[in-house]
Amino acid sequence: MATPENKLAFDGGWAYDPAPESTDHISLKKRYGLFIGGEFVAPENSRYFDTINPANEQKLARVAEASEADVDRAVKAARAAYSGVWSRMPAKERGKYIYRIARIMQERAREFAAIESLDGGKPIRESRDIDVPLAAAHFFYYAGWADKLDYAFPGQRAKPLGVAGQIIPWNFPLLMAAWKIAPALATGNTVVLKPAETTPLTALKLAEVIADAGLPPGVVNIVTGAGKTGAAIVNHPGVDKIAFTGSTNVGRIIQRALAGTRKKYTLELGGKAANVVFADAAIDQAVEGIVNGIFFNQGHVCCAGSRLLVQESVADEVVAKLKERMETLIVGDPLDKNTDIGAINSSMQLEKIQSYLKIGKEEGGEMHQSACRLPKKGYWCRPTIFTGVAQSNRVVQEEIFGPVLAIQTFRSFDEALAKANNTPYGLSGGVWTDKGAKIFKMTQGLRAGVVWANTFNKFDPTSPFGGYKESGVGREGGLHGLDAYVKLGAR
Amino acid sequence: MSVAAVKKARRLPDLSCVPAVDEVGVNERVARFQTRSIKKSAKVEALKLILSMIDLTTLEGQDTAGKVRQLCQKAIHLHDAYPGLPHVAAVCVYPNMVSVAKEALAGHDIRIASVATAFPSGMSSRKVKLEDTRTAVAAGADEIDMVISRGEFLAGNYRYVFDEIVAVKEACGDAHLKVILETGELGTLDRVRRASVLAMHAGADFIKTSTGKVQPAATMQVTLVMLQAIRDYYRDTGRMVGMKPAGGISTSKLAIHYLVMLHETLGNAWMTPEWFRFGASSLANDVLMQLMKQSTGLYQSADYFSKD
Repeated sequence: MATPENKLAFDGGWAYDPAPESTDHISLKKRYGLFIGGEFVAPENSRYFDTINPANEQKLARVAEASEADVDRAVKAARAAYSGVWSRMPAKERGKYIYRIARIMQERAREFAAIESLDGGKPIRESRDIDVPLAAAHFFYYAGWADKLDYAFPGQRAKPLGVAGQIIPWNFPLLMAAWKIAPALATGNTVVLKPAETTPLTALKLAEVIADAGLPPGVVNIVTGAGKTGAAIVNHPGVDKIAFTGSTNVGRIIQRALAGTRKKYTLELGGKAANVVFADAAIDQAVEGIVNGIFFNQGHVCCAGSRLLVQESVADEVVAKLKERMETLIVGDPLDKNTDIGAINSSMQLEKIQSYLKIGKEEGGEMHQSACRLPKKGYWCRPTIFTGVAQSNRVVQEEIFGPVLAIQTFRSFDEALAKANNTPYGLSGGVWTDKGAKIFKMTQGLRAGVVWANTFNKFDPTSPFGGYKESGVGREGGLHGLDAYVKLGAR
Repeated sequence: MSVAAVKKARRLPDLSCVPAVDEVGVNERVARFQTRSIKKSAKVEALKLILSMIDLTTLEGQDTAGKVRQLCQKAIHLHDAYPGLPHVAAVCVYPNMVSVAKEALAGHDIRIASVATAFPSGMSSRKVKLEDTRTAVAAGADEIDMVISRGEFLAGNYRYVFDEIVAVKEACGDAHLKVILETGELGTLDRVRRASVLAMHAGADFIKTSTGKVQPAATMQVTLVMLQAIRDYYRDTGRMVGMKPAGGISTSKLAIHYLVMLHETLGNAWMTPEWFRFGASSLANDVLMQLMKQSTGLYQSADYFSKD
């Protein structure tokens, strides 16, 4: 509220009217089977589960639960397609199919964006401007590599691995499917992909696109289900490679299961990235970067800047500005074009986030949330910051995967670097300073796969992505992303 | 605070302490404002607010008393076909037209702004600039839009620019002072931020982007940087300073984006003509066309709206 003491206030007065994206143009079936061998088929045991809209808890569709036998069917279809067609096809023909997927996805971008927001809770602004265009960009990018692998690996011959089993998370459902499928196809592999159980719909729409693009049956198979389905893929002897994105705990289970097998794997796991703001940074833009770093996609981002390290001389100013900026963030209907923060993906995730809010307070952290109103139905969490917390606090150490930022201060460069690296994770990091030399010094010292300077959460298909330490194994994206799907031999 | 105390409090700040501005970040933030979708009653409210914030401007060498009288008439009667419209905030003219405007606007609550200080280049002696200011105020100007000496600023003679603004402010007496930075000649957003800080500390009531005679004139980028400077100055001193982007804002859509930016940077207290103005000559008619569209559902020909 504006007071005589402080006129900088954002509530009351002019307010934006609802501007919802229409959903008339999307088509969703009541029930989805498994996409195996180029068509949708019923699951062997006829079991289905609901996928709901986390913003209003209403059912969107029923989705098949793939059993071990279904996964076996999918792997066999992928194997047949691999041996029979895909691995023998001239590379430039493979490329054409991938380009076609990208183009159809662009044509249906509006539909993909709306469904992504309905099923996952993310704001339409993000699915429209980030998820869907980036997903198409990944297909375009890797389509281009298909017939140029000799240039990617000069002097060597890149051969496909065979059948890739791919398990993806619920935070960027379509984008992660693109990250996984595009390089696998470009290098001549076939795919069995399992989307997350809370967000299967855009992967199933992608199956429709793949069918429309005329890909040979079995090149891409999409099986839906929960952990058991994922385990069936991981443990299937006919799978040559596992690509997993998700939590570090599940990553550990997968790595254990794969030990001693010939399967190659890439794991992209959790993170607890430090966003380091020096006193000489462009403060207003740094505050914006902090907001993008932690509140993007409700904080459901493995590379989120969930720890803020701010130099003590500007700490008060940065925190004050951050609190002010948080008041202008609009939390609510994911389909509203003005929404900045959508719904938490599931009730389970909301419980987890809330348990961390409790832990943070019990640990003595000072919690601050924006004053926004939340819708009655659905799963919501206000943007939240903790100040007065230390390296020993759980909210500083553990991945919360929600819109919750832990703020600490530092005095010297070395202290900032030591704190930033004092974590079992190492997926990403951010550095904010006006001094180029400091950027390089920091990026060389940070043990993280991606470091952003004076920006955060920027993605591009040409840029490799992956973690140090417990944040994962292997790289996705760019030239490095091809490496994960080939075996190299002499020409 | 007494006038003497205010004057004493005016000190040139150390501009090397002004925070850096990152242009890429500014562009991103601006793009984000432009994704806001303003519909229905929020749009109507915004359009009316925009009308009430306009400094209806004519600053041409060929201006005549007749043209200024027409402009004043337009300021009072924006579009009588639409009942209940607000009037614009002010008309903005050259000093020799102030008395004409004064007469034409007699009895109406529309302020008269006059450019001064060897507008638009500012290339004259301080004596002439102060005399220019006094002339406009004596003729009845409520607001003075001065230009800073960009050459001196770019050369690093901050003290010169600061003292000049202080002197003009004094010459203004009770008239409000808007300080035009002419951001199109400053070159970088860092300089825009520094010039804003300097002008506010020197006593500016408003800071303004441009004369409209130099391209680029107002942009959302420079306006955001100036709004952020205003916010930090308010936080430091408790004094509110107004903002006036001028030049190049000719469509409702763009003006609404500016309002969104104002709303999310300074908040509701600044969302009045007292603290925010649009310097524009052709914006008003586009806003009127949009308002008529909102109420009738149809776009009308531009010929139904009086040009000036």
